[in-house]
Amino acid sequence: MTERGKLAKWLVVLGALHGVIACAGFFAPYDPLEQDRERPYAPPMKLHFRDAQGRFHTRPFFYPLRMREGSFDQYDEDIVRAMPLKFFADGSNYKLLGLVPSHLHLFGASRARICLLGTDGYGRDQFSRILYGGQVSLLAGLLGAGVTLLFGLGIGTAAGYYGGWRDEVLMRLTELFLALPWLYMLLGLRAFLPLSLSPLEAFLLIVIVIGLVGWARPARLIRGVVLSAKERDFVRAARGFGAPDGYLLLRHVLPETSSVLLTQAAILIPQYVLAEMTLSFLGLGVPEPQASWGNLLANLQQYSVLMSYWWMYLPAVAMVPFFLGYLGLASALQEWANPHKWK
Amino acid sequence: MRNFKAGSIHNWRLLSLLLVVACGAAPTMIAVPQLGAPKEDLLALSGEIGRPGGRLVVSLRAEPKTLDPVLATDAPSREVIAAMQADLVHINRATQLTEPALAKSVKVSSDGLQYTVTLRQGLRFSDGKPLDADDVLFTFRVYLDESVHSPQRDLLIVGGKPINVRKLDARTLVFEFAKPYGVGDRVFDGLAILPRHLLEKPYQEGKMEQIGMLSTPANQWAGLGPFRLKEYVAGQRLILERNPYYWKTDTKGSRLPYLDELVFLFVPSADAQVLRFQSGDTDVISGLGAENFSVLSRQKTGYTLADAGPGLEYNFLFFNLNDLSGKAASELAKKQRWFREVRFRQAVSAAVDREALVRLVYQGRGAALWGPVTPGNRRWVDAKIAHQPRSLDQARQLLREAGFKWTSGASGDSALLDAEGNPVEFSILTSSSNADRMKMSTLIQDDLKQLGMRVQVVPLEFRSLVDRVMQTKEYDACVLGLVSFDADPNSDMTVWLSSGGTHLWNPSQAHPATPWESEIDRLMEEQLTVTSYEQRKRLYDRVQEILAEFQPMIFLASPNILVAARNTIGNFHPAVVESYVLWNVEQLYVRSGAGRSGR
Repeated sequence: MTERGKLAKWLVVLGALHGVIACAGFFAPYDPLEQDRERPYAPPMKLHFRDAQGRFHTRPFFYPLRMREGSFDQYDEDIVRAMPLKFFADGSNYKLLGLVPSHLHLFGASRARICLLGTDGYGRDQFSRILYGGQVSLLAGLLGAGVTLLFGLGIGTAAGYYGGWRDEVLMRLTELFLALPWLYMLLGLRAFLPLSLSPLEAFLLIVIVIGLVGWARPARLIRGVVLSAKERDFVRAARGFGAPDGYLLLRHVLPETSSVLLTQAAILIPQYVLAEMTLSFLGLGVPEPQASWGNLLANLQQYSVLMSYWWMYLPAVAMVPFFLGYLGLASALQEWANPHKWK
Repeated sequence: MRNFKAGSIHNWRLLSLLLVVACGAAPTMIAVPQLGAPKEDLLALSGEIGRPGGRLVVSLRAEPKTLDPVLATDAPSREVIAAMQADLVHINRATQLTEPALAKSVKVSSDGLQYTVTLRQGLRFSDGKPLDADDVLFTFRVYLDESVHSPQRDLLIVGGKPINVRKLDARTLVFEFAKPYGVGDRVFDGLAILPRHLLEKPYQEGKMEQIGMLSTPANQWAGLGPFRLKEYVAGQRLILERNPYYWKTDTKGSRLPYLDELVFLFVPSADAQVLRFQSGDTDVISGLGAENFSVLSRQKTGYTLADAGPGLEYNFLFFNLNDLSGKAASELAKKQRWFREVRFRQAVSAAVDREALVRLVYQGRGAALWGPVTPGNRRWVDAKIAHQPRSLDQARQLLREAGFKWTSGASGDSALLDAEGNPVEFSILTSSSNADRMKMSTLIQDDLKQLGMRVQVVPLEFRSLVDRVMQTKEYDACVLGLVSFDADPNSDMTVWLSSGGTHLWNPSQAHPATPWESEIDRLMEEQLTVTSYEQRKRLYDRVQEILAEFQPMIFLASPNILVAARNTIGNFHPAVVESYVLWNVEQLYVRSGAGRSGR
């Protein structure tokens, strides 16, 4: 496969994955906040094709769960009531991509809830919550990486291009940033913030925090690229012809950094998704009842959940394809940017 | 005045009193003539005869702050002190009735103003020094000394005057009250009798704060309880050993306690305590959450789980009703206009799905509450308070009457607006270390969303939460719980009196802010000096009804007391009041064949 082909393949994979998350409203059968207080900690429900009489059905169906008498979290399938799965079903209202109001869902059921990945302690559908939670976590990763690269680019370019004392000051600053114990500082920082943050404020805060914490490494990389780029013959020539700094930077130096930036982005995004998950896990992210992969996993901090309900681990599994996708993209980008190195 | 444990404020002037009927298996006391030792007036306890020897390991959530019974307020200290000290009259945690302890008898004069207490003969402190009336005199002098700041002092002020104590002879004392005291001889429960020979010097030198440190050498500390200090390892454990001079025996006449050692391990989190119990590091565990209880019941090997039924913990939601004129942020003042509206609070109460709270938070091991007295407290609960089922219609009706209206919000949900058109939005504080209350808050958030209220749940570290509620008063609403130490209404005096420090929605008022608060003040003061149970019950019922009507606290639910013990532990009879498992520690024993040596 050519470098370009590999790159395209990974882009398609990632595009599809992100598409599903972006259109969570359509793929998720339920509102992520909707509680079913009769069914806390229901296990994942099975889809069946063959009924009790052994007949085969082309349309999958499921049996609703019934809580076992006297128990709190033990369920049995109610095999008398087979519920067919409906495709393109009517359901709760949502806005597709935050814009288009709709109530069409990929699948659903009329008279009973289908929870493919089980429910949490409030009876909320875990599948829907993972999809919606992905919106928060992925968007935080993407925006955070954007903020980081913007800063890294600015500071790295300034240091590399101007050199001298400016380089010294900026590089010592980046080293300071690398040396700080960030996690503890963030935990401390929360104490100084207003008591209640709306979900949006909390989200922006977390984007800014993870964006600002990580700029030091890309800044150093970009400084290196800029340092070598500004000594290239064609740049010297342009300078010799009297080109101003702004022109040189935009026209000759910055384009040299593009492949580093893209590769860095592909590496940073999954890292930052993980950072969001870590912070939310520790209670610094978007608050309940909003879902994010991190606060979905935070349920596992309770020993009883850890021991009893394996489907609460699934948000951690959800991120795996994204990570593989981004890592594949990063290596494809590298091959594409420097084809000669890889032959 | 508060006891901090597991994220609850433990209400603590409660020491005395308790009534509530509880489970059977309660040892009762029988006077057994002590033929062999005529000079010693020992108390014989009925109950299973145990085997002497062995050790019991228990976990504590934190290190005790002190061993000094005069100043201890935190739950770990109180638990340890209960095993090391004794009182004149003790409330049996199972029957919840008083029983003579160090006192052989208590005679009350016909006007109810004089209590004549006769001490048992031949009693000794755990260091072997004898007990006499001077120790009791000294003890009450210390508790009543204002400069000592003992939290128990308030209990000993009756009718505005401190109790007067006189010595008649070496074994007899007279306690004089200015007014009849409603709780009767329950007042003596929890007032540990101090060893004068050890404490008089530091007391006279004004060094009471320095005594009772955990690092105190074992030979410089003594009490009258079943165990005495042996060893303290900072950050790890506290080891107590059997007090050879203890004044109780079993029916066969062998001296209690059975155990040689009682070890307290410091295990900071509830989950870690469960793990330590499962791995066999500890022998009993109390205060289990329902979820951990079901984890333990699923993989049960070698231990017994017990659901002792509803305890005395009540959880509630309350709004900030403090008068903040002056420093009030206008934002909060706007919200307080809703909070002060009785119908608003009633609407919130009507909208809360208490059944779901009990089912989802306590897995059904709890009780829904409509008033502060839990069903576990059968003697004092007011049966007339209606258990209104959840009704959103009623809630909407109340809000409409109070001038609230609805508008359809951006996302299609309806939003609640007040009469001036401000959207109703507020936050609920809750302790981040208490998973149960976090869950309650999240359920309430969803309940209130259906009324169009936008509620945010703010988990906060427990100490900063208490600071906000009690000091800075910067909060909208809060979900919290109180645990009464005793079933008697006196235990919650500081919660209901408008001048009380635990009057959470508006603490320490100079004058009652509302007519109904002043009515509660009057009723609570009155029940304090009435001695007949029926009259006190009538007065306290009225208090419960006022609370249910005006809803300064929206009562939510009460968890059952869940405990577990290894099968090797004998005489395990958990009680619904503290200390749930160790209340009969002198009778607990390790069954034979359960070798636990070499740890």
